[in-house]
Amino acid sequence: MTIVHDGFSATRRVILKGAGAVALVGLGNIPFSLAPAFAAANDKYPEDAFKAKSEADAIKSLYGKTAEPSDKVKLDAPEIAENGAVVPISVSTTLADVTSIAFLVSENPNALAASYKIPAGTMPSVANRLKMAKTSNVIAIVEAGGKLYSATKEVKVTVGGCGG
Amino acid sequence: MASTIRVRATSSGETTEVQALIQHPMDSGFVKDAKGEVIPPHFIQELTFEHDGKRVFVADWGAAVSKDPYVKFSFKGGKKGDDLKISWVDNKGATDTATAKIQ
Repeated sequence: MTIVHDGFSATRRVILKGAGAVALVGLGNIPFSLAPAFAAANDKYPEDAFKAKSEADAIKSLYGKTAEPSDKVKLDAPEIAENGAVVPISVSTTLADVTSIAFLVSENPNALAASYKIPAGTMPSVANRLKMAKTSNVIAIVEAGGKLYSATKEVKVTVGGCGG
Repeated sequence: MASTIRVRATSSGETTEVQALIQHPMDSGFVKDAKGEVIPPHFIQELTFEHDGKRVFVADWGAAVSKDPYVKFSFKGGKKGDDLKISWVDNKGATDTATAKIQ
């Protein structure tokens, strides 16, 4: 009886210890899964934003806020793009404290085309070449001082950029 | 293997202008080949420029960036003879790196 009694207590203690250990390990796991989420805010490739279909969803996914149009964002894009596979688009801005610049093409299957991180000391201006599936609005987003500003231009595309 | 990265970095006064051209198919995954089969997506996702141990520019790209992607930007600092390190990683995990001298 004594042995059985001890056995039960020991078993209960072992189980409780084990449960405690598992609980502690479980707690230990949380920072690991949270860390990538925090890192995503700053450093990780914005996979979800690139998967978004609409420009509103892409901007929300990338920045978590909405943009207001600003004439301080100068978007340079051709009126007509003969080759939708290679459309030269650039943006520059006089806004201060720019941390990020992004380009979206509304009528593309996934609106977000490119996003750039602008560390302190880097000029807020980027030139790149994007694919456009068809005539569409091109939107440049500038994140400056924690707020979002945008400029939009319609680019007519004669030959679509997704392959004939 | 020859590098896929071509860079021209020129400094004038306080500013260094960087132009990069990279050889890469940047397949969107929306195009079919001659047989009618979809060519799977294959594109650079992240492109990083470093000067003096500091990241001066990071590009996060999707499949809508044109084939053989080109990008131009400028940053403060950097003088003739300084090293500029460029590296990219694509959606298949392939990478390439190059170091260019600022002219």
